[in-house]
Amino acid sequence: MDAIFLQILNGLDKGGAYALIALGLTLIFGTLGVVNFAHGALFMLGAFCAVTVNKVITLSAKVRDESVTFFEAYKDVPYLEMWLGDTGSLIIDWSIPISLVVAIPVMLGVGLAMERGLIRHFYKRPHADQILVTFGLAIVLQEIVKAFYGANPIPQTAPDFFSGTVNLGALIGMDLTYPTWRLVYFIFSMGIIAAVFSFLQFTTFGMVVRAGMADRETVQLLGINITKRFSIVFGLAAVVSGLAGLMYTPILPPDYHMGMDFLVLSFVVVVVGGMGSLPGAVAAGFLLGILQSLASMTEVKSIFPGIDQIIIYLIAMIVLLVRPRGLMGRKGVMED
Amino acid sequence: MAKSTITPRSDLTLFLGFTAVVLLMPLWLQPFGAAYPDLMQKFAIFGLFAIGFNILFGQTGYLSFGHAAFIGVGSYATVWVFKLMTMNVIPAMIFGVLVSGVFALVIGFVCLRRTGIYFSILTLALAQMSYNLAYSVLTPITNGETGLQLTTKDPRFLDTAMEAGSGIPPTNVFGIEMSAWDGLFGFYFCAVFLILGFYISIRITRSSFGSMLRGIKTNQTRMMYTGLNTKPYKLAAFVISGMYAGLAGSLMAAVDPLAGAERMQWTASGEVVLMTILGGIGTLVGPVIGAAVIKYAENIFSAIDKSVLVDLFSFMPDAIGSGLAAVTSLFVGKGWHLTLGILFMLVVIYLPGGIMEGIERIKRRFFAKDHASNDA
Amino acid sequence: MSNILEISAVNLSFGGLKALDDVNLTVKEGTVHAIIGPNGAGKSTLLNSIIGKLTIDSGSIQFNGKSMLGVQPHEINQLGISRVFQTPEIYSDLTLLENMMIPLLAHRDGAFKLNLWSRGDQQRDILDKAQHFLDDMNLWTKRDVIAGSLSRGDKRRLELAMCLSQEPKLLLLDEPTAGMARADTNNTIDLLKTIAGRGITMAIIEHDMHVVFSLAERISVLAQGHVIVEGLPEEIKGDPRVKEAYLGGAEV
Repeated sequence: MDAIFLQILNGLDKGGAYALIALGLTLIFGTLGVVNFAHGALFMLGAFCAVTVNKVITLSAKVRDESVTFFEAYKDVPYLEMWLGDTGSLIIDWSIPISLVVAIPVMLGVGLAMERGLIRHFYKRPHADQILVTFGLAIVLQEIVKAFYGANPIPQTAPDFFSGTVNLGALIGMDLTYPTWRLVYFIFSMGIIAAVFSFLQFTTFGMVVRAGMADRETVQLLGINITKRFSIVFGLAAVVSGLAGLMYTPILPPDYHMGMDFLVLSFVVVVVGGMGSLPGAVAAGFLLGILQSLASMTEVKSIFPGIDQIIIYLIAMIVLLVRPRGLMGRKGVMED
Repeated sequence: MAKSTITPRSDLTLFLGFTAVVLLMPLWLQPFGAAYPDLMQKFAIFGLFAIGFNILFGQTGYLSFGHAAFIGVGSYATVWVFKLMTMNVIPAMIFGVLVSGVFALVIGFVCLRRTGIYFSILTLALAQMSYNLAYSVLTPITNGETGLQLTTKDPRFLDTAMEAGSGIPPTNVFGIEMSAWDGLFGFYFCAVFLILGFYISIRITRSSFGSMLRGIKTNQTRMMYTGLNTKPYKLAAFVISGMYAGLAGSLMAAVDPLAGAERMQWTASGEVVLMTILGGIGTLVGPVIGAAVIKYAENIFSAIDKSVLVDLFSFMPDAIGSGLAAVTSLFVGKGWHLTLGILFMLVVIYLPGGIMEGIERIKRRFFAKDHASNDA
Repeated sequence: MSNILEISAVNLSFGGLKALDDVNLTVKEGTVHAIIGPNGAGKSTLLNSIIGKLTIDSGSIQFNGKSMLGVQPHEINQLGISRVFQTPEIYSDLTLLENMMIPLLAHRDGAFKLNLWSRGDQQRDILDKAQHFLDDMNLWTKRDVIAGSLSRGDKRRLELAMCLSQEPKLLLLDEPTAGMARADTNNTIDLLKTIAGRGITMAIIEHDMHVVFSLAERISVLAQGHVIVEGLPEEIKGDPRVKEAYLGGAEV
């Protein structure tokens, strides 16, 4: 029982990542009607924001290492530490939260640029064309990152305060230790999801977006300038994905290829949740994350070998065949 | 109001021209530095893959991200025949194509229950599943990461019945080894299949079956109310394209008896999409051109490293020369994927008909006679 | 004269909306039967149910005595029902000739035939028929034009040619003169008269009363999913219920 509970918890952070990416994808598909194969790349870009900020913060100079006496050894000492001593180290330690602040405007800018420069011209074009051009863009983005950062994963660390584990079991009387940062990630993802939903529910802008998701044509006929809002929605989706990727870096060392890896899974999540349903995307994200985690339990694997690798795809297949609108999709949306 | 220029005669010309170009590859590729058997084989193999893919995507309008799975299946099946029966590639390839045909039948039956983006995602999901399974559960068949290889201990029942031998025999066609004629035999073997495959694709495109596929792509609902059951047509197109892929995979194994799961990744499927779009979707020759261009770039472009570029720009003053070399080096060598991605985006945005459309436009500008549209 | 189409007690609801409410309609073979009624009355829904696009909740639809319920759309067509849509449904990326070949091939070879080999452009019987039907519509000269670039009137005529090429027993037309100017409308009326003269049974949904009264031998009036009146054109003309249904009367 403990093991199952632990596995469920284990699936929550991955589920959170899936949910956030799927949320962005659904926003874009539901409002703009665009299938965005570059969405995984946005996740990756967010992660590399963290990498960049970290690199900048830890710019170092070579300083003589006094502790080694029998030859001249040098070590890298970050400038910040040199100038600001302990505060410097603190800043470096908190590099990830700092990069959060940096990433928001950066990802927003990237999203706006993408929408204005490219996506906008593909609203009227068939889905296949949208897939192709965003697929190409995803390749370009990941190659640019590869050119600058190389092909190897670049591990990032969470702030000291959040490293280590926390004993969740204490609350329920079980012995359940769980890595702190993963709990933070889960809470963070819930926070973002809540923010997005409140934005959509409680602001006028959000109301227009929701109306646009339900019936784009009518909204346009009502004289509402939907195109400006499209850019902002796209930017918003980019920020959500980027931040999801950024915060995920201590859990999974970022590498240039992570965008593609997450892309396939996030499309599967969107399809299971229902293309065009925001709650569906979130629910499916967590559901699939947890299922994948449960499937990797040794007991399960001994009955169905290899199930953890394929469970997500298997479920997607079953959903697509049995209930094509997904768990929470609207009836008739893309039901062929 | 153009008179159609597609006639059996024009198709024959096209076919003969194509055959000549392919058979003479070892000659005219020399100035491009591409006339070595390994690369030319790749042109043929991926050309076949792209032709088959085009039947499903260009003609019928179904975008599959999972076709690399059929290459994998074809390869594995072929290598198993090498291990169990004989090194003679003909029976091995027949088996490879048949197995991938059956596999395509099953997968197609499942995936074609949906259309559009749902279909694409289904193919994606199934392909990734197959890939994952090949790496994990199915390792007895696929030998996982190491890939399926030949060993001296393989039974090869048919061969040993004929003659005894030591070591791993090379692949052969009824005796003639693939590496004969300095490797050119291997190329010509693949070329024969490419030419055959091209011919078949012409026939399919011009047949009534081809018309139905184009009808499905354009207006599937109308087809139904015109009395046509679209399901078997779509499935047939899927299986045909799957068998082309299986053939490509079998050829791969025939020239290099090794089968690995990385061929089945969805990004490998993405590659054939690139080839088809780049060359000219829906055209007869386009996919082959696209395949050749991409394989050429992959092998030649990616081999250009910085020193070559520095040499290239050496006639300029140092600072500018090395600057240019640094910038262009981003786009070649290991960075050639970047170039590919950019090129692909440009094609999708500005020239959706690919290279073939580009050729058409140039023809029209310079030879603006009556507006003849030659569907090549 | 037998009943080629018998619709009885048909009900169809979409969610909470009752689109077809106990509809009864009989079309006699060889006649032109018009279905009129205000917008939203359920006319298109009725046609869609006949060809198999929609599934009715209850009731029966019989074609030549055979039930059409649960029959696949392509089979319904193979049995002899052809439909002309409100917005011309043609293969816009293909040439006119190819547009014609598809229904002709369907008519000759059935719902599925795996013919990978014979060239489409060498099949004399198909080509001759295509020429015949395109000529009928004065479209043969445009046979190599891509269908999507035709004018709306031409698209409509192409669609008619495609439907007629299958020699249907029952032709369903959904507002064939929608959006047409007077001259075109009259041309279409003549065209439809010629078709009717060949003995093809037609069921036409129309708003233009001039068209209705020029062609129809029998009229059913549909309002709010229900047939409120049915009878000969003269009977319908003066019927107060019809005027009421249209809220202001139709112009004749």
